[in-house]
Amino acid sequence: MRWIWIDRFLEFESGKRATAIKNLSLAEDYFAEHFPGYPVMPASLILEGLAQTGGILVGEANNFQEKVVLAKITFARFRREATAGEQLRYEVDLLHLRPEGASVAGRVYSDTDLIAEAEIFFAHLDRSRSQRIFGDHNFVFSGELKHLLGLAQAAAKQPDG
Amino acid sequence: MSSRDEIYSKVSATLVEALNVDEDEIKPTSTLQGDLGAESIDFLDIVFRLEREFGIKIPRNELFPESIFQGDPEFVQDGKVTEKGIAELRQRMPFADLSKFEENPEVSNISNLFTVEMITRYIEGKLSEPSKN
Repeated sequence: MRWIWIDRFLEFESGKRATAIKNLSLAEDYFAEHFPGYPVMPASLILEGLAQTGGILVGEANNFQEKVVLAKITFARFRREATAGEQLRYEVDLLHLRPEGASVAGRVYSDTDLIAEAEIFFAHLDRSRSQRIFGDHNFVFSGELKHLLGLAQAAAKQPDG
Repeated sequence: MSSRDEIYSKVSATLVEALNVDEDEIKPTSTLQGDLGAESIDFLDIVFRLEREFGIKIPRNELFPESIFQGDPEFVQDGKVTEKGIAELRQRMPFADLSKFEENPEVSNISNLFTVEMITRYIEGKLSEPSKN
């Protein structure tokens, strides 16, 4: 399974906000065990989708020069379960952006239903320290996340509607 | 202008949110790390929230300075902060109460300077600065 928890960006406003969607298919592995006979999306994976949406919003704001890592989920509320067949919409607003890190406020909807909300905090890894450990390679925005970036960039270029 | 009590209650509400602690756990003398369990990333979260709550800008390394003594061996000797180091602390953090620290200036005690009262005093000073707008 690939570690991408967004299917598509609908909107992307650099340094401000982003909206992405995630379609929940019964074919996804986790539904088999979470739970047998009662397929609901694990709340942690809903948060992961929200964090990917927010992480890309934060990363793009600095032209992907920073290594953006999820540092803290200050709060998260889940209002109801999300089940197979639903389409989740992740809406994220950038609250703060500084050289040291950033925070975002996110909401998850299914149609007009508010499913979850969370505030997520990202740290920028210290450049000199992470360069010593990881070299120049930006391991955060590589591979699958980079693919997501392509989706974000496409959404940013498209006119609304 | 906000009174010190108002500032204090807003600061403690901010800490309730950022650190997920109960309001009655927070006292003026509570240390952020030792008493309230703050970790390094929480400090930035606290800065963000204070900026929003009070409508101020908190420059990096002002409220929570990092590596104050880096690169100057005269500031620390045998794990203790020297006179010169304490003078540096006083200059960088005029809002911190150093009286207790001076009694036992072990480097590891620096984190005890970061109290709820210290933040309150910092904000108080910040709000009394002439507006730059």
